[in-house]
Amino acid sequence: MQSIDRKLLRDLITLRGQVIAIVLIVACGIASMVTMTSTYQSLQLSQTQYYSQYRFTDVFVQLKRAPEGVMAQIREIPGVGQGRSRVVETVTLDVPGLDDPATGRLVSIPEQPRAILNDIALQSGRYIQPDRLDEVIASPAFVAANQLALGDTISAVINGRWQELRIVGTALSPEYLYEISGTELLPDNQRFGVFWMGRQALATAFDLDGAFNDVVLTLTPGANEQAVIFRLDQILERYGGLGAYGRDNQVSHRFLEDDLDGLQVMAVILPVIFLGIAAFLLNMVLARLVSTQRDQIAVLKAFGYSNLEVGLHFLKLVLVVVALGAILGIGLGRWLGENFTHFYVQYYQFPSVQYRAGARVIVGAVGVSAIAALIGAFHAVQGVVSLPPAEAMRPEPPASFKPTIVERMGLQRWLSPAGRIILRNLERRPLQALMAMVGISMAVAILVVGGYFSDAIDQIMAIQFQTVQREDITLTFTQPLSGQVRHDLAQLSGVLRVEPFRSVPVRFRYGHRTRLGSITGLSAPSTLRQLIDQDMQAVPIPDDGIVLTTKLAELLHLKIGDPLTVEVLEGARPTRQVPVAGLVDELVGLATYMHVDALNALMQEDTSYSGAYLLVDQQQITALYSQLKQTPSVASVAQRETAIHQFNETIGATSGAMNAVLMLFATIISAGVIYNAARIALSERCRELATLRIIGFTQREIAFILLGEQGALILAAVPVGWLLGYGLAWVLNQSPAVDSEMVRLPFVIHPASYLFALLVTALAAAGSGLLIGHQLRRLDLIAVLKTRE
Amino acid sequence: MSLSPTATAAPAIFHGHQIVKTYQMGEVAVHALRQVDIDLYEGEFVVLLGPSGSGKSTLLNILGGLDVPTSGDVYFRQQNLSQGGDRLLTRFRRESIGFIFQFYNLIPSLTARENVALVTDIAPHPMRPEEALALVGLSDRLDHFPSQLSGGQQQRVAIARAIAKRPEVLFCDEPTGALDYSTGKLVLEVLARVNQELGTTVVIITHNAGIGAMGDRVITMRDGQIHTIERNQRRASPDELEW
Ligand SMILES: Nc1ncnc2c1ncn2[C@@H]1O[C@H](COP(=O)(O)OP(=O)(O)O)[C@@H](O)[C@H]1O
Ligand SMILES: [Mg+2]
Repeated sequence: MQSIDRKLLRDLITLRGQVIAIVLIVACGIASMVTMTSTYQSLQLSQTQYYSQYRFTDVFVQLKRAPEGVMAQIREIPGVGQGRSRVVETVTLDVPGLDDPATGRLVSIPEQPRAILNDIALQSGRYIQPDRLDEVIASPAFVAANQLALGDTISAVINGRWQELRIVGTALSPEYLYEISGTELLPDNQRFGVFWMGRQALATAFDLDGAFNDVVLTLTPGANEQAVIFRLDQILERYGGLGAYGRDNQVSHRFLEDDLDGLQVMAVILPVIFLGIAAFLLNMVLARLVSTQRDQIAVLKAFGYSNLEVGLHFLKLVLVVVALGAILGIGLGRWLGENFTHFYVQYYQFPSVQYRAGARVIVGAVGVSAIAALIGAFHAVQGVVSLPPAEAMRPEPPASFKPTIVERMGLQRWLSPAGRIILRNLERRPLQALMAMVGISMAVAILVVGGYFSDAIDQIMAIQFQTVQREDITLTFTQPLSGQVRHDLAQLSGVLRVEPFRSVPVRFRYGHRTRLGSITGLSAPSTLRQLIDQDMQAVPIPDDGIVLTTKLAELLHLKIGDPLTVEVLEGARPTRQVPVAGLVDELVGLATYMHVDALNALMQEDTSYSGAYLLVDQQQITALYSQLKQTPSVASVAQRETAIHQFNETIGATSGAMNAVLMLFATIISAGVIYNAARIALSERCRELATLRIIGFTQREIAFILLGEQGALILAAVPVGWLLGYGLAWVLNQSPAVDSEMVRLPFVIHPASYLFALLVTALAAAGSGLLIGHQLRRLDLIAVLKTRE
Repeated sequence: MSLSPTATAAPAIFHGHQIVKTYQMGEVAVHALRQVDIDLYEGEFVVLLGPSGSGKSTLLNILGGLDVPTSGDVYFRQQNLSQGGDRLLTRFRRESIGFIFQFYNLIPSLTARENVALVTDIAPHPMRPEEALALVGLSDRLDHFPSQLSGGQQQRVAIARAIAKRPEVLFCDEPTGALDYSTGKLVLEVLARVNQELGTTVVIITHNAGIGAMGDRVITMRDGQIHTIERNQRRASPDELEW
């Protein structure tokens, strides 16, 4: 080892406290980058492979019924690659061991295994046998959640009759990566499952022999998706087409894309914060090191070391910090990334996911960190390199001070000498004070953002499950039923209140914009499903016109009073213009509402209902469930309680883990910044502090002077951090990851979240303060005064 | 009791008994002070001479409560300082002692007046900062920051700061070491005046034998021990000194 490198090593050891603090911050920066990027890339790669291996399609459409011959016409549409017709039905299931009815999606597959579009990846068991009409392949998550085994049977209401289905295998499909039935936010694997069944058996059961009710298509490279969809809709118009859509609106794909977007945003934001702070701290520490080593630098230069060699010497110190941070950060990042990926894989079912933190990710993270650190160091090192040796040999000129603004304003009466020392020191290095403040604010801001996520999710829960959804059970019928159903349902055990609704699939059209969706016609007064205004207050449903979720109005560029064209995709398929009567600020989904009478009138039908919201007596719920299972006209049963439970369990665990990570990050940042700033102040001013001790100041008094400066910075930084956090949360709130069609996080931050941010920062500060206080107590008064600065 | 060779009318305010200070430097023990006995009397002006490394600063620091002896006792007016702990020493320094160092050690962020006020704020019977600065001839530099003062002026501010609390003893460790000849004399004049006008006991460390002439007593140290103690018949005024 060269002597100059030995000096480097000793410097590092002397500065160990500060070096450790910066290494930790660099490690956090690298770790957050590696975590987010590797999770993103692992998921994306798995997605791409899965999609291509199992031929995930580009266009999807459901319809009522079309003869098989229509497929030839569809395949001829310019831009269509391959097409497959299917029979897909949603049915009520009776699962052994589960009181409430579950929902099954039956998807047809060929009787003999062969490569198909949206193929299945068999996970266990075997493929169905052509002559066994009751055999199905089930989704593994459903089988596991219900503790079923291969060979078990479940009952399904198929075309009005209970029928036994035997599970002979389990399989996954790219179409159901995220296995939900369509409207909910989280999978409920116990109550919803996908089943693949022989085409012939399924067609026969639903009277669809020689016909189909679902088509999936791939596009040729360069094809115009919109044009294909347009033509497809034209062809299927006469067959009850429900409107074709691309991957963008395919539920499972959409969820994954939104999550991937979120990861990408985080992969930028977190590292920027950490590396920015690391760069600043390195700058501060190096600037101090260089100024205490002026004479050493002069000697090195006088002996013939070149500017470059001296400069590189100090930059090496930075690179050591980055290298240590990289070792720690890569390890931590890979560990977190792997956990993160596994976390996602709990919700997204891939046949296989390989966690990969590729060399590119790691080199990228370390490279970016090194650049950030070198930028931070550059200024400090440049100063010393350009110093002529004779100049460097002379001690640094004494710091010059002037009265502060406060004093120039004539307020000095209010300042104690200690207060003046603090203020003047802060004002002498405004940039450094500002940067330290920004660093601490960042820590506060990170915590505020964490608070925003939990508060927003609490708010969604409260609004969705207390104000909007107030029913116990939502039923949907296999087909629209007459007004009589209200009375029939009221007769069932334990039903306290029935509010039937009509739901109609439609295509909305405004100007050149179109959108598939459905209109829910609510009975009035609607107490079990309420509409909410901007202030999240319940508002009554208007007698006429349509009420849109604000997000949908935004997507269609609509405002209140505009005429919205509604193309009904059911029954007589009327097309009507309906004025927009109001907007509701629902946070989940893109629902639209009308008065049920108005919707019936639009449909030119007598009173008819597609489902009902029920309020029930929990004591009699088991009896009710068994009655509902015996009612063939009931297609699905959803409970609010289950949804709430699901939500709490998943989101609770997630936000708990996330908050713990954010807290750790924020603590490292604020402790790192405060410790470094105080440590440097101590080194710069130990002489001054020793003098004060000699004059007769107590430990406490000099600690106040030294830490008071940090205290003032924190005091100034906390409100700034609150604002910054507010701003950052606002920016995140605009990002597509949290303002999606599926769910929109409301912008709420509770006072408790601000308080929590303050508390964590204060604790981190107190910790650093104690460390510095300890060093202050050990300050050797005499040694300090013996030497000239 | 007193080991001082000459009897003095004034009572002793400091009494050091068998003071030993040993620094352990790894394997080697450095004996900075070897069983030193010393008395200081009220109102006297003492010059402490001796070669570099002879233990002058160590002795002064121990007497002044900046450091504690390895063994032995230091009494300040009947109070045993060696047994007090940090709290007692801090109070002792705050109320009774003034220090002046070679490198002024002013607080760069405070003006001359404020540097002095730093002490007057915490002392029980201080003079006004302006008064202290007038004593050292700096009435016209009250609001200057240290960076705006010359070395001699800075040292005079340090003296003003040290005397403003009306200490009983003023310890000066090479106060002229960093100053040129004439500025050094100016500082010595101020110290002599403080001793005469305020009756403060003054102890000056120097390795300048010439300065010895201005003291009541000259104590010479060698090798961690007191070598000689001489009493001057007549105190020379600073402007008579030559070195
Ligand atoms: N903190 C210390 N650690 C080790 N040795 C010390 C320390 N302070 C002083 N010494 C040693 O004690 C002896 C006396 O020092 P000092 O009192 O400063 O001498 P003087 O002031 O007479 O020049 C010297 O040999 C010095 O090296
Ligand atoms: Mg000395």
